[in-house]
Amino acid sequence: MKNWIIGTLIAVTGITAAGVTAGEYEREYGERSEHENHGYRYGFRRPDFAPVNDALYQDECGSCHFAYQPGLLPAASWWKLMDGLADHFGENAELDADTDKQLRGYLTANAADQVNRGRSPGIARSLRGNAPLRITDTLYFRRQHSEIPLRMVKNNPEVGSFSRCGVCHAGANEGSYDEDSVRIPGMGRWED
Amino acid sequence: MMKIPLMIAALLSGAASIGLHAETVSDVQNTYLTRGAGPFDSGRGEKLWNSRVYEDRRCADCHTADLTQPGLHKRTHKRIEAMAPSVTPERFTDLKKVEKWFRRNCKWTWGRECTAQEKGDLLEYLKQL
Repeated sequence: MKNWIIGTLIAVTGITAAGVTAGEYEREYGERSEHENHGYRYGFRRPDFAPVNDALYQDECGSCHFAYQPGLLPAASWWKLMDGLADHFGENAELDADTDKQLRGYLTANAADQVNRGRSPGIARSLRGNAPLRITDTLYFRRQHSEIPLRMVKNNPEVGSFSRCGVCHAGANEGSYDEDSVRIPGMGRWED
Repeated sequence: MMKIPLMIAALLSGAASIGLHAETVSDVQNTYLTRGAGPFDSGRGEKLWNSRVYEDRRCADCHTADLTQPGLHKRTHKRIEAMAPSVTPERFTDLKKVEKWFRRNCKWTWGRECTAQEKGDLLEYLKQL
């Protein structure tokens, strides 16, 4: 009996401590989001963006391309994008009305300007009310990738485009874009 | 004690999820019959499959000429599982999915939606591969 109480106490204390650390991390992270990624600073892994946790979104969008985390763009961008699925960057990606509605709900609730997590608030702030269709058109994205020469991505046959996050970012599927885990195919480890 | 009801529940939900995709190509084609189309002809389907409205696109561009081989989307470089049901057994067994891709791909490839007759003909051709 005694062991049980002590065990619970230790567990509760542990959770509380972790919660405080996560809060500190979030504040710190929000401040620094324009600059470097310090994902490992506090000794535990926390993704830059909430990972995709919607099976419908993963299936409908992720079956054709990388399933971008909703926290990468503000809600207004996602709505504009959903409005234009008949010409989705040159492809027809129309959905039935029911799927369309469900996906809009998921995207809106988890959009960059709706969540207070990781790099999302930083992206939302950098847009100053603009709603680009492409993540690569956000000032935030451009700053983060400004040092990457064309030959490493666009002209690299193994990459081809900045839109294929997971090709270089090993943790992209989990929403982690830590600079230290970047491996550009055919180029080796990215050294700043 | 709790384990038996849980196992039954798991079995039931498993059966339900299998039931969801118990459609066959014939079930899908029957849907087009109820829309006034039919009978379906594999020769017409094949001709349509190879037809071209725009200079730069036809089915085989992404699905490859050998339909028992996986395709590659020419723009997104996404792998497309082989169209032939002999290679990809779940092909054409989910009406919702079939309809989604007919809508997208007929519009993109030929600039218009396909009719129920054309969809049935295309399936008649593809299902025997």
